[in-house]
Amino acid sequence: MSPLVEIRNLSKVYTRGRQKIEVLHHVNLDIARGDFLALMGPSGSGKTTLLNLIGGLDSPTEGTLSVGGERIDRLGQSALARWRASNVGFVFQFYNLLPMLSATKNVELPLLLTKLPAAKRRSHAGVALELVGLADRAAHKPGELSGGQQQRVAIARAIVSDPTLLVCDEPTGDLDRQSAVEVLTLLQRLNRDHGKTVVMVTHDPKAAEYATHTLHLDKGTLVEGVVAAEAAAQAGS
Amino acid sequence: MKYFNLIWAALFRRKTRTLFTLLSVMAAFLLFGLLNSVREAFTSAGHSIEGASRMLTISKVSFTMELPQSLDMRIQSVPGVAAVTYANWFGGIYQDPKNFFANEAVAANFFDVYSDLELPPAERRAFVATRTGAVVGASLARRFHWKIGDKIPLQATIFPQKDGSNTWTFDLVGIYHVTNSREKQQEDAFFFNWKYFDEARQFGNGKVGWYIEKVAQPKDADRVAQAIDALSANSDHETKTQSEAAFQAAFASQLADIGLIVGSIMGAVFFTLVLLTGNTMAQAVRERIPELAILKTIGFSNRSILVLVLAESVLLLALGGAIGLGLADLAVSVIRAQGIPIPMLPVGLAIWLEGFGLMAFIGLLVGVLPARRGMRLRIVDALAGR
Repeated sequence: MSPLVEIRNLSKVYTRGRQKIEVLHHVNLDIARGDFLALMGPSGSGKTTLLNLIGGLDSPTEGTLSVGGERIDRLGQSALARWRASNVGFVFQFYNLLPMLSATKNVELPLLLTKLPAAKRRSHAGVALELVGLADRAAHKPGELSGGQQQRVAIARAIVSDPTLLVCDEPTGDLDRQSAVEVLTLLQRLNRDHGKTVVMVTHDPKAAEYATHTLHLDKGTLVEGVVAAEAAAQAGS
Repeated sequence: MKYFNLIWAALFRRKTRTLFTLLSVMAAFLLFGLLNSVREAFTSAGHSIEGASRMLTISKVSFTMELPQSLDMRIQSVPGVAAVTYANWFGGIYQDPKNFFANEAVAANFFDVYSDLELPPAERRAFVATRTGAVVGASLARRFHWKIGDKIPLQATIFPQKDGSNTWTFDLVGIYHVTNSREKQQEDAFFFNWKYFDEARQFGNGKVGWYIEKVAQPKDADRVAQAIDALSANSDHETKTQSEAAFQAAFASQLADIGLIVGSIMGAVFFTLVLLTGNTMAQAVRERIPELAILKTIGFSNRSILVLVLAESVLLLALGGAIGLGLADLAVSVIRAQGIPIPMLPVGLAIWLEGFGLMAFIGLLVGVLPARRGMRLRIVDALAGR
């Protein structure tokens, strides 16, 4: 079975003034469908940049990046936005919920981009909130929820449009241990029971234990882990 | 519509700031409604369908100079003139100078020419038959609780009676109505018999203030006007004949250039409003950069973000503006119902449409820069707080 994510010779260079900073350096990586991958590494190693590229939030400077067989490195901004809407769910360290909307309305947000009628949107959001165990807090605004609950609402928002891929950037970075465990268990359940492919950036080795694979990045390069694609690329070169 | 909740919630994210901005917008559009109501009252006079076929003849030298009554028959003989009537400004005061209303001595056939002032036939006959008879508009009658049969004394400010008395007492014999709501201010007038006025006044007998002609065909108005003015050419009472609308406009401009005054005030008000709402929108979007980045992250396109911010800006203006114009409408109704002597027309469809146009324009104007900022933000930079 072909991998869900195929990355070949991926580089990303940022320009700050006259300075060019190469954040990712010819990365090769395959992520299998249904995998739960943890990306680890020191600050500035390029793990969030790699995650952003996989999630279609940014475009590579060089190399190719396919997700589900689609070359997203070739997509323009509008096409990339449409692609994100239907293929990827995002979970961030600081939840990034809209503070003036209730949990249900936050979860409904991705569905506004679909043609679903309001009643269906509400019902889908309800199901997602139930899945993360927050059906009873549907009417609450983010300010009325704990950090762990907010993160679970963010996960409900990420899965409500039934994406194939979940990208999570330090999802437990702002949580206490108990809440972190709940969130990681939830991600694990989404991966195991619902077949979601999860790519998670984390600093926390305990969080990485919930993943099925862990890869380390350092100075923009993958430094350990079994990466078939790298081997394949090396063999081909 | 499915984005309305999102736009509404964003608008009221900072309730106090939005409330104060809304109050400013409301105040600006309240003023807009009131001032335009006054401007319309000045500019719309004489623009009725009836008014289109009416012309006024005044002294070429000055509106205050009177014309000989003998011109009446001569004007009637001008081809194209269907009817002629005449009037004199009286300038009387009822009880107190602040109770101002227009009061004029008019010829017996006045209501034939002003058929838009609807007077029942019996009351019209009574007006002609009663020497001291007077007819008032329904609005004026309501204001002073007058009813038919009342004796109404007016204090003359210009024309004393022959016996030296300044008190002229009239018998109210009719109350006319104006059905066109845009012409309702015409109900604030008092008319009495010119014949009684001319016989009883101390000076100026046999002279009239102005003539009003009804032309058979409005398209012939220019030709008829020239023919009327030709009657008095090279005399000591040369005349100037013009359409009722042109006369009203000229009369209003003698008081003040209402259009310029209203335009200047509203220009200043809206300029301030643009700065104020522009600042509010810029702040609102600056604070919400991470939230807009999230919307883009989950798939909202650049154009969607642009439209969302612009819609929020227009909603802010439309909400405050609609409340302001609604209050103006209410205030004008109260002012008119109370008979307060300020010339005002109801806040009509034209003012509402102009108002909504302004709300949309200002909303788009103040929203465009923040919206472009939201549209152009790079997700990764915004999420990283850069």
